[in-house]
Amino acid sequence: MWWRSASFILDRQQEQNTNLPPNPESLLLSSPPPSMADSLQNPKPDISAYYQTRAAHHAVVTNDWLAQAQAAVSVQTNDDVSSGSDGRVAPTGGGTGGDNKTFSVIDEFNSWRKQPDLAEAVAAIRALAAVIRASQATTMMELEIELKKASDSLKAWDATSISLTAGCDLFMRYVTRTSALEYEDFNSARYRLIERAEKFGEISYKARRIIAMLSQDFIFDGCTILVHGFSRVVLEVLKTAAQNKKNFRVFCTEGRPDRTGLRLSNELAKLDVPVKLLIDSAVAYTMDEVDMVLVGADGVVESGGIINMMGTYQIALVSHSMNKPVYVAAESYKFARLYPLDQKDMGPALRTIDFGVPIPSKVEVEKSARDYTPPQYLTLLFTDLGVLTPSVVSDELIQLYL
Amino acid sequence: MDARRMSRAVPRVRQVGFFTPNTPVQQPRPQSAAPSSESPPLSDSPASNSLSPVMIPPPRHLSDNLGGRTAAVPVPGRENSGELPTVGSYNLSESVLWLDSPPRSRIGDEELSEGAESSLGWYRRSNSAKFASSLPSGGFNLSTVKHPESVAAVEAKNPLPGKSEAQKEQASSSKPLKAKTTKAERRALQESQRAAKAASKAEANKSGTAGGAPSSKPMKQPPLKKDGPPVASSIAASERIGVDRSVEKERKKDLPPPRKQFDDESPGGRAKRRSVLNQPEARNRVELFRHLPPHKNGTQLPYLQSKFFELHEKHPAVYKVGLQYLAGDLSGGNARCIAMLQAFQEAIRDYSTPPEKTLTRDLTSKIGGFVSFLIECRPLSMSMGNAIRFLKSRIARLPLTLSESEAKTTLCSDIDRFINEKIVLADKVILRHAATKIRDGDVLLTYGSSCVVEMILLYAHELGKQFRVVVVDSHPILEGQKLLRRLVVKGLSCIYTQLNAISYVMHEVTRVFLGASSIFSNGTVYSMVGTASVAMVAHAFRVPVLVCCEAYKFHERVQLDSICFNELGDPDAISKVPGRVDVNFLDNLTDKQKENLELLNLKYDATPSDYISVIVTDYGMIPPTSVPVIVREYRKEYLLI
Repeated sequence: MWWRSASFILDRQQEQNTNLPPNPESLLLSSPPPSMADSLQNPKPDISAYYQTRAAHHAVVTNDWLAQAQAAVSVQTNDDVSSGSDGRVAPTGGGTGGDNKTFSVIDEFNSWRKQPDLAEAVAAIRALAAVIRASQATTMMELEIELKKASDSLKAWDATSISLTAGCDLFMRYVTRTSALEYEDFNSARYRLIERAEKFGEISYKARRIIAMLSQDFIFDGCTILVHGFSRVVLEVLKTAAQNKKNFRVFCTEGRPDRTGLRLSNELAKLDVPVKLLIDSAVAYTMDEVDMVLVGADGVVESGGIINMMGTYQIALVSHSMNKPVYVAAESYKFARLYPLDQKDMGPALRTIDFGVPIPSKVEVEKSARDYTPPQYLTLLFTDLGVLTPSVVSDELIQLYL
Repeated sequence: MDARRMSRAVPRVRQVGFFTPNTPVQQPRPQSAAPSSESPPLSDSPASNSLSPVMIPPPRHLSDNLGGRTAAVPVPGRENSGELPTVGSYNLSESVLWLDSPPRSRIGDEELSEGAESSLGWYRRSNSAKFASSLPSGGFNLSTVKHPESVAAVEAKNPLPGKSEAQKEQASSSKPLKAKTTKAERRALQESQRAAKAASKAEANKSGTAGGAPSSKPMKQPPLKKDGPPVASSIAASERIGVDRSVEKERKKDLPPPRKQFDDESPGGRAKRRSVLNQPEARNRVELFRHLPPHKNGTQLPYLQSKFFELHEKHPAVYKVGLQYLAGDLSGGNARCIAMLQAFQEAIRDYSTPPEKTLTRDLTSKIGGFVSFLIECRPLSMSMGNAIRFLKSRIARLPLTLSESEAKTTLCSDIDRFINEKIVLADKVILRHAATKIRDGDVLLTYGSSCVVEMILLYAHELGKQFRVVVVDSHPILEGQKLLRRLVVKGLSCIYTQLNAISYVMHEVTRVFLGASSIFSNGTVYSMVGTASVAMVAHAFRVPVLVCCEAYKFHERVQLDSICFNELGDPDAISKVPGRVDVNFLDNLTDKQKENLELLNLKYDATPSDYISVIVTDYGMIPPTSVPVIVREYRKEYLLI
């Protein structure tokens, strides 16, 4: 059964990633773009689009998915290439979107989002930058209102994605809050806005590199790192450490239900980093061997806690009780003005869970895709603003938003 | 002049280091003896300079001393200086006094060192309450408590012959504690006080003119102290004032003086001297809390009311607010703060700058006088301190070009804006934030009666959220019942319970909403006593605790416990149940038995930040660790607004 091996599937996926959208789900999301009214409405509001995309980008995919993808390949290749180029050309070309009457932020956003390397927040930022470019507003106020509307519709499109919301908010904050705007005529102000938007996009894009550099001091030779799920920042951190010739070993959790841990273990194996895979329930069993826990985050909230893939909280609890440090690698655009008091205090982000066997209808299934880890269980946050304690998050947010 | 300067400079040097238990006793002796052996003008300074750095009396003592000295001299900017212009040239009188004062105090020193022991003891007892109140070191520094004399002074509670009539009246009327005195009684009291006052005034005038000092000077002394000492009248009139002062000075040296806390309101020390109220005698007070000013109960109300027309410099509006504080009619941080600000507003409206003065300086000192009066009525809350700071900075920032009426309107509108922005609007923002944390089916617990929490509950109810409220209450105030009544009237479903039962209710609670009197920069919440236990129980049950507090109540101080700074309530409130003879078990104790009884009625406690999940404030929801950020980022702006 060689074709079922993870690496095979992954290689295939890597191959295909460039020329086909990975998941039928996301195909479904992006396929009916023509009418704006349609795309404003998230087609599957009860399923978190954010986690679907994550699954699509990072999960080790199953065989039947491959078959579907195979079938879709012939149809989708042209479409995707065109949309991809569209997305890539528009921002660099500058103002090409303007002639397009049916410009939609969400389409723009979705086209950016298809790049697996691009974080959702950065995709949102780029989409919003495209809004400025495409805008036909003649006054600053008009532009601002337009921008606001676009970011609102983006946020409404997927309310479960924290980094999308945070990215939009940050963009609005960063771009519109410049004193220079008042003294210039509209056109130069608009260019300034675009400039700032681009710069912001650049910063966000580079954030991962900065974090990887900052976190090198914490990875020492001979250490054992436990990671949970797949996080691009965490991978970057580990990759940099491996490039720096550090000797360390990584324990990867499986990351049910989309098994993103498998993907990470594959990536690490490619880097010749010793990896051990654990099932999610083996965390406590292996914790005594672990020197530190390193996780990513979907969102960093104002309390300094993080919202991350389901299972992070219990890992943090276990490591806290065993006095192991928990490090979080997260870009600053994930800082959100949210303050969950407990696990149920956020809007639920649901996703489908496949148990492999049919579940009787009477049995309820917990479908939440994420949990909230309170700040007292976190040791440090590696962000592009520096290495922060959880309490500094709120300080940064206060300074950003107030 | 020289001596003054020196003594002024010395304290700073001496503030550093420890002091041994015995130093306060031993130190004054050589000092007071010094004048006889050495040349008088320098007497003070060498003695104090020769002190080893170890023998350092606590700072409060010194600052008190300082204050004492300067208070007797009419210095511009002092509260009483308003009356001065009547006494010819202001500057002249000042300079005369300035030169005069040091020798007098020296005379007093000599007097005392010779044979004033008896009169000293007498003074001390007549002011025993003041002593007790000025004994923070008693609670903190156990070494000083051991000081036999101070203990004796504190324990001297039997009224002495020299005690003023008014005080005796107080003592007698303080028995049926909060029971209202009848009109006749009050009238009688007033009558007697007036008589005492007239007598003392006459005496003072006599002594003042005989001593050649400006006649306004005796007025400066609080009348209360004046009617006390009959012994003083036997002393030569010219020396009287000097003795008076030096006795006080001596007494201060003699006692382990209250250690000035870094956080003491600066006017506090000085205010003691011009205190308007009788300090209630200290009895049955818990050792650990001796440093806190004793509770002034409502029995002082008639006394204060009787003085309404004598305290010219207190604006009636301020006076009224002070009386309300004293009577306990005004409670709740916001209500007190708003009332105070509005009283100040009224006072500013009626204010007119005296000739040869600038509005900025005179008004600031005037406000300072009001504030110290209010402090006497009830210690200020942190939020009021912030509001006063705001007002003073506004006054200081007034452009000099502004005319008086313009300046007054500016200030009034500033006060209005403060009330509006920092309290009213802030509350609205808090409502909106907090309401997002209330879900259908929640059980919310609140403790006591916080107006913000009440607004939140009502607002959430208006939004149509389905929730139940648990109102937890505690003796002796039982504020929760008022809240409960208002909630039930509005149609909320409530559970009422006492603090004792908190662990039984907590397991079904989903959110705890608490108010706060103040929040310190380490995240410690300073709030009504009992709040800490509620928060701790909630934490143990893993129930999120939301503290709702306007940002103007944030304070940059750091506090770790509820001991070093707190407020004492009426001790009788916890020992007695009004109207219930059958359960007043502590009523018929003999005096001897009562000596073994200490009553502690604390008003506030400090909740460590570990037990608080979130602080809901007008800047959003923040973790307790971010309080200093708000203080840092917005203090400037808020002093600038």
